[in-house]
Amino acid sequence: MNRALQILIPIAVGIAAIALWEFLVRHYNVPPFVLPAPSAIWAAFVENFATLMASLWTTLSITLAAFALAVIGGVTLALLFSQSRIVETALYPYAVILQVTPVVAIAPLILIWVGFEHIDVALLILAFIVAFFPILSNTTLGLKSADHNLIDLFRLYGASRWQIMWKLQFPTALPYLLGAMKVSGGLALIGAVVAEFVAGSGTATGLAWRIVEAGNRLQIAKMFAALALLSTLGIAIFFMLSALEWALLHRWHESALKKER
Amino acid sequence: MSPLLSLTSLAKSFANGVAALGPLDLNINAGEFVSLVGPSGCGKSTALRVIAGLLAPSAGAVTFPNGKPEIGFVFQEPTLMPWASALDNARLPLDLKHMNRGEAEARARTALARVGLFGFERAFPRELSGGMKMRVSIARALAAEPKLLLMDEPFAALDELTRQSLNDDLLKLWREDDLTVIFVTHSVFESAYLSSRVVVMTPRPGRNTADIALMQPAERDAHYRMSQQFADGAGRVSASLRGAMANSEIASSE
Repeated sequence: MNRALQILIPIAVGIAAIALWEFLVRHYNVPPFVLPAPSAIWAAFVENFATLMASLWTTLSITLAAFALAVIGGVTLALLFSQSRIVETALYPYAVILQVTPVVAIAPLILIWVGFEHIDVALLILAFIVAFFPILSNTTLGLKSADHNLIDLFRLYGASRWQIMWKLQFPTALPYLLGAMKVSGGLALIGAVVAEFVAGSGTATGLAWRIVEAGNRLQIAKMFAALALLSTLGIAIFFMLSALEWALLHRWHESALKKER
Repeated sequence: MSPLLSLTSLAKSFANGVAALGPLDLNINAGEFVSLVGPSGCGKSTALRVIAGLLAPSAGAVTFPNGKPEIGFVFQEPTLMPWASALDNARLPLDLKHMNRGEAEARARTALARVGLFGFERAFPRELSGGMKMRVSIARALAAEPKLLLMDEPFAALDELTRQSLNDDLLKLWREDDLTVIFVTHSVFESAYLSSRVVVMTPRPGRNTADIALMQPAERDAHYRMSQQFADGAGRVSASLRGAMANSEIASSE
């Protein structure tokens, strides 16, 4: 199957589904508070464009900030783990505890600590907690996966720990890190949305809150519009991280090998 | 003349109690091409690692009477960095020694050209065949201009023709650079073709049972592989190896 078809077929399926949806809603007179027609959702999107875009921006900025912090924090801690067994033994169990405790359960506590006047900070912390662990655990694994013979070779030529870390361990860990980033990018968005649902109304009004608000007012079309924006955001994050992965790995990594053999 | 290196009662046991090597006594002179031949697990690789200083001996010592020379190491696997081009792989030892970029690059280019990889500087390891990867690995060792080259079954995973062509190239490099080579192999024929001296080792823990000096012509080629002289050398190595195996089988069955 060629590349154009691989893109065109899913798009055609999408258009057909939307057309069928529009037809069924009109034909059976489905009430708009149960299932609005795609045209009504589009109308709601246009009508609420300004508020939806402002909310999109809020959710996007929290997601990106949490993701950036997760990458910086996760990589830094993983590098520290790779240099010191003691630090790893001491801290790793707590990183696991942070990961396995559901973020919804921690949210009220974080809110109280941060204060209701700084809900955006609370959302940032919660999204960070969700996105952090995959980066930490995968990068730690990657840093430990350096070829032992190469480590010996580096030592033979008198390499410092710093040189082994940057010239050998870090490039070895890069594919692991990029894989983790694809997971964490999505998780940061989920974290930001879930946290906003729990945190409720406040200074920050992201897309999650628009959905709750529209639901309460039975503006189902607006709800769908906000939902579609969230999905689009998630897809965009995934594609950007995939592109980054391709840019950094395609020349040398096995995962990027075309089936040429 | 004092030897380039001396192994005196060298032994290595691992933490799990396995005695891998020794005691091994061996002197190696500058300019020799010495093969260590023995069955799998006789501690040949361990001996190389101890000589390189990558493993500490459990007993005995490695001494370099004239000072420790620059050492190159070639593993059984090419052991290249997959994210780096052939050139960047070859210049690794120089980068680690903080040599300035221009000189490091020039030296790495020369080393690649000497192993027949001129024009492949920008290629990544995954674009190269097994034999070419091994050539990059040898170029990397040469780039540091070693006096002593340690090779751990470097051609074991290659097909016979590639192996023979690398054997010939290695002999050429050995002659041109006045290298001292310690070459670990389990192939009797490879050792008989390459070496000026073959040290036969017993099964674990490896000791040297025979030390066979081979008179070799300077120029060796495919015809030499058919010659009586080569067959005689290979026969002597083979006989000692069988002897070493037989003695140890008697010893272990008692």
